[in-house]
Amino acid sequence: MIIYLLCLMLFCCGLYCILRKRNIIKIILGIIIAEYAVNLFFILVAYRMEGRSPILSSEVEIVNMVDPLPQALVLTSIVIGLATTALLVALAMRIYEKYGTFDITKIKELKG
Amino acid sequence: MIELYVLLVFMIIGAIIAIEMKDLLSAVIAVGAVGLGLSIVFLVLKAPDVAITQLVVEMLCLIILLRATLKKDLPFSTTGRWLLNTLITAGFIVVFLFVAIRAFKDLPEFGYPIMRVANIYLKEGLVKTGASNIVSSVILDFRAYDTLGETTVLFTAVIGVMAIVRRIGRKKKDEVVEEDDE
Repeated sequence: MIIYLLCLMLFCCGLYCILRKRNIIKIILGIIIAEYAVNLFFILVAYRMEGRSPILSSEVEIVNMVDPLPQALVLTSIVIGLATTALLVALAMRIYEKYGTFDITKIKELKG
Repeated sequence: MIELYVLLVFMIIGAIIAIEMKDLLSAVIAVGAVGLGLSIVFLVLKAPDVAITQLVVEMLCLIILLRATLKKDLPFSTTGRWLLNTLITAGFIVVFLFVAIRAFKDLPEFGYPIMRVANIYLKEGLVKTGASNIVSSVILDFRAYDTLGETTVLFTAVIGVMAIVRRIGRKKKDEVVEEDDE
């Protein structure tokens, strides 16, 4: 239970960063931290006490494997996270080229 | 299990440093530390495939972010509606925490997951797919359509990045000012 709360605290760090900061790069960092926390939460739910990693062996009979399903889902989710981060950074760089700043309070004239 | 707590506290401290650091480059490096700590946590939690993927993705992510922040460390404004912004943020986080902690009561206890679906995969994975790594048999066989959909999302994001970044067909700056109707 405490470990879930620590994971939640990490998510709240990311959430605070997204809501409060005014630098675009800081907002992207907040999104990355929140994403890490969600991935970690899935793997924490999948863990089993004294568990083994879900890889079969021909010699030893392995009991008590951890849950493989959330691991498989998180594996793709991490890669998608990289792609969305690249998209965000590309947008931030275009904004920097146009306005010369990363500060969202100075980007006011949103014309096309 | 004590190493798990130590690593998680390390990650939270790294996240706070990344959020509060004024220097953008240092903040990016601190996020890199958080990601590498996360990779070790995945190893401790017996998820080696996820740990390897996280390691590679973290490096690429760091390179992309460094490209964006290098030599662009500008001062940014901190004044203006400070109190209101902080109060709204704190209120939002308190509401979120309240809901999340109530939801945590319904979760299975840490270390004792409900494995109703996964038990079938663990029993029949080797016979049905022939893969000794159950995670890859789930990704590429039992849930292959799910992976296909996620790949579609990935390629859509890549197309978006290419459309934003590419310069071919763009006009020069003074021409854009003259005919600003695109």
